[in-house]
Amino acid sequence: MIDHDVLIIGAGLAGLRAALCAKEQGVDVAVVTKVHPVRSHSNAAQGGINAALTDRGDDWRDHAYDTIKGSDFLGDQDAIEVMCREAGDEVISMENMGAIFNRDENGNLGTRNFGGQREARTFFVADFTGQALLHVLYEQIVKAGAFVYEEWFVLSLIVRDGKCGGVVMMDIKTGKIEVVRAKAVILATGGLGRVFEPSTNALICTGDGMSLAYRAGAELMDMEMVQYHPTTLKGSGVLLSEAARGEGAYLLNSENERFMLKYAPEFKELASRDVVSRCEQTEIDEGRGIDGCVLLDVRHLGEKYINERLSQIRELGIDFANVDMVKEPVPVMPGMHYAMGGVKADIDGKTAVPGLYAAGEVACISVHGGNRLGANSLLDTLVFGRRSGIHAAEMVKSVKHLSIDDSAAQDDIKQINQLLSNEKNESFGKVRLDMGTGMKKHLGVYRDQSSMEKALELVKDIKERAKSIYVADKTKTFNTNLMFSIELGFMTECAEAIAASAIQRQESRGAHTRTDKPDRDDENWLKHILVTKAEESHDISFLDVIITDWEPVIRQY
Amino acid sequence: MEVIFKVQRFDPESTDLVSHFQEYNVQLTDSSTVLDGLIKIREEDDGTLSLRCSCRAAICGSCAMRINGEAGLACNTKIIDVMPQDGSPIVIEPAGNLPVIKDLIVDFQPFWAKFKAVEPWLQPGDIQPEGEYIAPEEDMVHLAGVVSCILCGACVSDCTVLEVDDSFLGPAALAKAYRFSRDPRDESDDQRLAQLNEPGGVWDCTRCMKCVEVCPKGVDPMDRIMLLREKVMDAGHNNTSGARHANAFAKFLKNSGWLDELKLPVMSFGIFNIKAMIGLIPLGIKSQLAGKRPPIFHHKLSSAKEIKKIFEKVESKK
Repeated sequence: MIDHDVLIIGAGLAGLRAALCAKEQGVDVAVVTKVHPVRSHSNAAQGGINAALTDRGDDWRDHAYDTIKGSDFLGDQDAIEVMCREAGDEVISMENMGAIFNRDENGNLGTRNFGGQREARTFFVADFTGQALLHVLYEQIVKAGAFVYEEWFVLSLIVRDGKCGGVVMMDIKTGKIEVVRAKAVILATGGLGRVFEPSTNALICTGDGMSLAYRAGAELMDMEMVQYHPTTLKGSGVLLSEAARGEGAYLLNSENERFMLKYAPEFKELASRDVVSRCEQTEIDEGRGIDGCVLLDVRHLGEKYINERLSQIRELGIDFANVDMVKEPVPVMPGMHYAMGGVKADIDGKTAVPGLYAAGEVACISVHGGNRLGANSLLDTLVFGRRSGIHAAEMVKSVKHLSIDDSAAQDDIKQINQLLSNEKNESFGKVRLDMGTGMKKHLGVYRDQSSMEKALELVKDIKERAKSIYVADKTKTFNTNLMFSIELGFMTECAEAIAASAIQRQESRGAHTRTDKPDRDDENWLKHILVTKAEESHDISFLDVIITDWEPVIRQY
Repeated sequence: MEVIFKVQRFDPESTDLVSHFQEYNVQLTDSSTVLDGLIKIREEDDGTLSLRCSCRAAICGSCAMRINGEAGLACNTKIIDVMPQDGSPIVIEPAGNLPVIKDLIVDFQPFWAKFKAVEPWLQPGDIQPEGEYIAPEEDMVHLAGVVSCILCGACVSDCTVLEVDDSFLGPAALAKAYRFSRDPRDESDDQRLAQLNEPGGVWDCTRCMKCVEVCPKGVDPMDRIMLLREKVMDAGHNNTSGARHANAFAKFLKNSGWLDELKLPVMSFGIFNIKAMIGLIPLGIKSQLAGKRPPIFHHKLSSAKEIKKIFEKVESKK
C-alpha cells in the first residue's frame, strides 16, 4: 500500500495544473495516468483559449455573458463568473511558464475570433494550442519533480463511510494491483467521447472518471448535453478546429451557398456550436448536403496564411480526407465532440463525496451548461484544475488517511478474474461499436421521445452484453485487451446516465434539441438534471440553475 | 480491399522470449490508415495484439512504429501509400532503438531520460514581466515549427547514431533543447550550450537526414541540431573535434577552394591528440594501398579568389 496526500487521476491540462498548484502548497502530490502525460487528450484542442484581458479593452463580464448565452442559460452564472474573471491570469501564467502564444505586431499576445463571442479574445498557438499548453505543463511538472505513475490504470475509488480515501490501480506494464491511500483524490480524467461512434475524441476518452465517481456515490449532472462539433471529417470523425472559421472559413451547401447567412445573420459561421451543427444537419436533412456533409472552404485565405495559422488542419485534410484545403473545400459534418455534463463539482472542484474533487471535462461545474463555447474548455481545465489543486492541498493539511488496507482491492481483483475467465462470447470491439453507433443514432443533433426510449433500451442491452466480454489476452504485461474490457464497463454507465438524463428534459435547450419539443421552456426547465447510482439502476433529481446578473433572453446569433 | 499485415509479435511472458512475425488479412478501404488496420485486427481478429494508440489524428504521438522498415505514425500513414504492389504484406515492427516490452510497445524510459537531461523548461531571467513577455511574432512562428514536435519517437527509432551509440542525446531531445535555446525569453543559453557541446551532444549527429525523413510533423530535428552547432560555436565553444572539424573545413575552402583531406583529420582531432593520430595510421595505410591517398601537396582551385569573396561576404553579414 502506498500513501499520498493528494492523488490526481489524469495528466491532461486539468490534472497537471492541479498537480503543479497542489505541489506549490508543499504537500505530497502524485499523478496517476493510463497514458504518458503528453499523450493525454488535451493535445487535441486546436483553436485556443479564451480570456478577456482588461488591458486590451475587453471585459470579463462580456466573456461571461457570451458564455452564458452560449450555454443557452443552463450554465451556473456564479461559476462562469469565476472562470471568466480568472481567465486572464491563467493565460498570462501559461505564457510566463513558456507557452509560445502567437503575438500581435507589438509582440503582445495576439487573439483570433471564435464562435459565439462578440470580441476576438481567443489566445492561440497556431492550431495546436492544446498540445503546446500540455507540453508546457508537462515541462513544469518535470521541473517541479512531481511524481507521475505513468501507464497506471485506476480501477476504482475507495469509499469508507461516504468519504473517498484512495484508489485501487493497476500497473499496465506489469499487471500489478496496488492500493493507494490519498487524503484527497482529484479526478481529471477527461471526457467520454468513445461512448459515441464516430467521435472526435481519442481512444482513451472512455468516461473513466465519471463512472468511477458515479460508482462512488457522486452525482452526474447535465449528462444529456453532448456537444456535436460542426466541423469533423467524414468517416473518421477527425476534428477540424473552429479556428478555421475563426480565421474566416465559409460553410457551403451543395448549392454553393453560405447557408449560415440565413440562419445567423450576425455571427454567421461563428454562431455557437450547437446552432451551427443544427443548421448543417438541417441543410443535410433537407437535401442540400453532399453525401451527408457540407463543405468547409478556406481557399480565400491564401496558402501562406493557411500554413501559418492552420497548418495542422491542412495536414489533417490531406492525411485523413485526401483534400488539400488550399485547393479545394473539405467535406465536414457535425460530430460528437464534448461532454458538457460530468461529475457535479463546485468552484473549488469539490464533489458530493468528501475527499473527491473533479476538474476539466470530467467535471460539471456547470460553466458550459447546454453548449460549450469553443476555446472555453482549455480555460475550464486550467482555472478549475488550479482551484481544485489548491483547495485539495489546503484540505489535506488538516485530515488523516482513512483506515484502509490492501483488502480494498478485493472486488477489483474478483472482477478482473471474472473477465479473464469469460468464455468466448462477446468481443469488446463489437459491443463498443454497437453502443457507439446506437448512441449517435438515438442521441444525435436531433432527438425525440421515441429515439431516446430506444437509447435507453440500447443501454440496457449493452450493459448486459458488457458483462460477458471475452478477454483473449491472459498475460499480465500490457494487457490492453483486459483494460478495454474494463473501460467498456465505465462507458456503459456513462451511456446510461446520458440516456436517462436526456429523456427527462421536456424541452429543447443547447445541445439537447428535441424535434417533438422544439422550444426552450424557461418556466419549468431552468434546471439541471442529476443522476446518481441506485442499487439496480439510477435515481434522478433536479437542481435550479444559478442566475446572478443575467436573466434568460431569446437566443439569437 | 484485402490487405495483408505482417506484424512482429513478442510476448515477454513466453518461455522462449523470441519475437516472431504473424500475418493477418484485413478488409479495408482506400481511405484506411495503418492504424485502422491494426485496430481492426485487435478488435475483430486477435485481441492479444498490443500497441499504443490514442488520438487517431497525429497529435498524441502514441503510435510511432516501423512500417515497412521505416518509422512513422500508424494513424497518419495511409494503406495505399505503403501497400506493396506485388501483393506482399505491409511489415509492421515496433519502433527501433528502444527496448521492446510487448508486440509493438517499446520502453520509452530512455527517451524520457534524455528529454529530461536537456532541462526542457523555460529558464527566464530574474525580472518577471507584469503581464506577458514581449516577443516578436516571427520568433514565435519559428518556434512553433519545433514546438509542434509531438515526442512520438519516430526520429529516435530510426536515428543511425543511436543504433551504435546510446549515449547520444538524440534528435528529439536536441530539437527540444533548440526550442529553448532559440526562445527570446530564455536566458540560460550559457549553460545549455556548454552542456550540448559535451560528448553525446550536438557533435554526435552524423547528418544522415533520417530524422528529417521520418518526422511526421515536419520538425526537421537535424536542421535544429545544425543550428545548435552554430550557436555552440558562436558562444565560443571551439575546443571539440566537431567545432575544429567545421572550422578547418571552412578554412580550407576559404583559402584554396579545395578540401585538404590529409590535414582535415589532423586539424579536427588536434595534432597533439596522440591516441587519435595513431588511430588514423591504419586508415592512411589502407588508402595508400588502394591508391586513394589525398595529395600531399595541396593545390589552390583556379577560382579560389571568387570563393574567398563569398566567404567574406557571408562573414561580414554575421
